Amino acid sequence: MDGALRSDDAWTVAGRHFASRLIVGTGKYKDLPTTAAAIEASGTEMVTVAVRRVNLSDRNAPMLQDYVSPSRYTYLPNTAGCFTADEAVRTLRLAREAGGWNLVKLEVLGPPPTLYPDMAATLLAAEALIRDGFEVMVYCSDDPIAAKRLEEMGCVAIMPLGAPIGSGLGVQNPLMIRMIIENAKVPVLVDAGVGTAYDATFAMELGCDAVLVNSAIAMANDPVLMARAMKAGVEAGRLAYRAGRIPRRDAASASSPMTGLIR
Amino acid sequence: MSTTLEQLRLTVNGEPMSLARGKTLAGLLAELGLDMRKVAIERNREIVPRSTYAGVVLEDADAIEIVHFIGGG
Repeated sequence: MDGALRSDDAWTVAGRHFASRLIVGTGKYKDLPTTAAAIEASGTEMVTVAVRRVNLSDRNAPMLQDYVSPSRYTYLPNTAGCFTADEAVRTLRLAREAGGWNLVKLEVLGPPPTLYPDMAATLLAAEALIRDGFEVMVYCSDDPIAAKRLEEMGCVAIMPLGAPIGSGLGVQNPLMIRMIIENAKVPVLVDAGVGTAYDATFAMELGCDAVLVNSAIAMANDPVLMARAMKAGVEAGRLAYRAGRIPRRDAASASSPMTGLIR
Repeated sequence: MSTTLEQLRLTVNGEPMSLARGKTLAGLLAELGLDMRKVAIERNREIVPRSTYAGVVLEDADAIEIVHFIGGG
């Protein structure tokens, strides 16, 4: 989806232009109609998806593609559930055959309760995927050295976590996220940890190119309303970042002139 | 499905299956009622290009994986 014509503030990843700076995950929704309605409300142009075996015992089960059209939304297949470079490459080769595109989200996670990015395995998998011709958006720790290495390797976007997946705690380490942004020549997205619209706004105010949200929308009491909130939150944060915030100061400064007062 | 000598035995998504000999991947998808535009297939860990499904004849002990996109973060 090329949103450049509709926006003066599009962002670009791997040569594709997007007007919306919100990427939405399609997991955890109660059903596919809700998934579709929330994605519509979010205004997103890119959605993450997983690759899994077709359920042969329930062949008439509705498919994601029937509700979230790949011709309308850019599908970003992920490697959720893969723990090695081999598994990630194997999964995304299937995704490439199913979808016919190279843009993918690499995530290699450690075990619960952290599900923290396994950076040693992530670096190996990124190398293997890039060698295989994939354009890799990579989920990673908020480690500026690892982020730089992934970028130098050829990853097309760096996606540090704001907080553990599904935790809803917001950006826990804004200093490091900002350092990653300042050092990067490719887009930086906060992926994971957003809990509510404020967190998305905060991430965008740090200077992120976009934010990836799944649980915070899917698990909200009203996912469609939260999708709208996230859309507004991301837009607010982006506008504020572009506008340039006032410096923080430790003293008051009157908003009304102190001259011309009646006596 | 009864198994006879005329049938080949393979696994599809980890499940044992018996099929008539000479069946192609396209035939398997038709039998399973799956839309080939919405799936991707591995045969013995090798990707099978969609354009070749009609020409790939299944063999004994083939391990077939049929995947599709589902919701994920």
